[in-house]
Amino acid sequence: MKHLLSTADLARADAIRILDTAAQMAATQSREIKKLPTLRGRTVVNLFFEDSTRTRISFETAAKRLSADVINFSAKGSSVSKGESLKDTALTLQAMGADAVVIRHQASGAPHTLAHAGWVEAAVVNAGDGMHQHPTQALLDAFTMRRHLVGRGAAGASIVGDPTGQDLAGLRIAVVGDVLHSRVARSNVHLLHTLGAQVTLVAPPTLVPVGVETWPCDVSYHLDEVLAETAPDAVMMLRVQRERMSGSGAGGGAFFPNPLEYTRNYGLDGRRLALLPDHTIVMHPGPMNRGLEISAEAADSPRAVIVEQVANGVAVRMAVLYLLLAGDASKERAGLE
Amino acid sequence: MSSGPAVPSSEPTVTPEDPSDGVTTVLGEAEIARALTRIAHEVVERNKGAHDVVLLGIPTRGVPLAERLAERLATIEPGLVPADVVGELDVTMYRDDLHRHPVRTIGATRLPASGIDGKVVVLVDDVLFSGRTIRAALDAISDIGRPRAVQLAALVDRGHRELPIRPDYVGKNLPTSLSERVSVRLVETDGSPDDATGEPVTDAVLISQRPTSTSSEGTR
Repeated sequence: MKHLLSTADLARADAIRILDTAAQMAATQSREIKKLPTLRGRTVVNLFFEDSTRTRISFETAAKRLSADVINFSAKGSSVSKGESLKDTALTLQAMGADAVVIRHQASGAPHTLAHAGWVEAAVVNAGDGMHQHPTQALLDAFTMRRHLVGRGAAGASIVGDPTGQDLAGLRIAVVGDVLHSRVARSNVHLLHTLGAQVTLVAPPTLVPVGVETWPCDVSYHLDEVLAETAPDAVMMLRVQRERMSGSGAGGGAFFPNPLEYTRNYGLDGRRLALLPDHTIVMHPGPMNRGLEISAEAADSPRAVIVEQVANGVAVRMAVLYLLLAGDASKERAGLE
Repeated sequence: MSSGPAVPSSEPTVTPEDPSDGVTTVLGEAEIARALTRIAHEVVERNKGAHDVVLLGIPTRGVPLAERLAERLATIEPGLVPADVVGELDVTMYRDDLHRHPVRTIGATRLPASGIDGKVVVLVDDVLFSGRTIRAALDAISDIGRPRAVQLAALVDRGHRELPIRPDYVGKNLPTSLSERVSVRLVETDGSPDDATGEPVTDAVLISQRPTSTSSEGTR
């Protein structure tokens, strides 16, 4: 593995290796001294062309916990606002000796270009590109699911065994909400499929992307039906990305009549929570629109693992940085890609 | 300790059984068992009992060795529960050679419930070689607690130290040349029957010429 750009081309063995490594990283994070000397002397550049709080902080924390040097670069207040191109920015980073570049960009495919154009030798990690992919988010979601749901007793007991080395075979996952604008949903569909889980997307017809029939998942327009009939093991609520919804209308652009109607049909509230099996976990990639796609009751319920997802994000990103940076880069390059 | 000098003497102590295939069995099942029993007694003697002792095995093969030592400690010191004194300590993330090898898989670190603060930690490894693994282990220990003392037990000391590190307990001092490879085979970690013969695997310490060995490499 030289770069992490997409979950669609991530092999099952690589995905499981990342999850297993993340489990060991998570174990080190309960120690008094959380910092490890592993990536001493390596430089990680956080290249953020798009606003982000938790992903950037999560990557920064992960790199620092592994003793890497971190350089934060955001488009605001940099030469990008003066019109510098991605190529020139990349050449600058190369000249500064970056070992890994974590990139978030509003254009789908920007990380792929950065990785393959030959501008930088660094490992490239996609931290979200346009409406395309957000692989570390999908990996942390899969990690959270595996931790809670794999190794459970057959009777649905809450005793969770050691899930190391296992995939998510047989789990049923419902991904609900604004699939159209969601790179999280795209990354999750591919990764969860690779790991053997069965994904059902639930969204209003206007928020289902064109071409969804080629994705390895089911699609439904009715949340109550899916919750009652498939009895999902995990329900992942997606943020309604109103900043990407142009057009007038009462908050929903042209995609739904008004927020109240969206909430009635696709919001997770106390009533829908009661429809779910006892072991089902509730997830959300954040930031949440409380009262729109998820009610406070659902977000704060004991089965919500939303805060844990953030903690697991650090462990997963530590694992990704370790696997990309710790080994002998020259040998890796000769062998892969 | 009674196991001889820390720096191996130069005279060879081993006569090859079967030089044709280049693999020599240095210690068999019974010898390994006897060495572990002796080490267990030495641990008890040196620490005046085993009540404060914690055994931390270094993956992969240090872990079953630590477990076997704990069982022997329990027979020497009645009332000691083996599971309460054994742990494992993964040192991968503390190694100084990470960038020289392909990415290593990180193992588990598991401490006994009582922790290691104020205890006597005995690190257990299969082959002591350069001493770099132990250097990494000492760094790892200082990140997870503050033991009263740290001691080192190795089943085999093959010499060629690159750091000022000396074992406290040695199963066997094994003078080797750098062109040789020392491998340890244990039922717990290498237990599946031999592919070639179908015979069950037994404990053994083997010496072979590089680069033939496939199991535990003595590059420590």
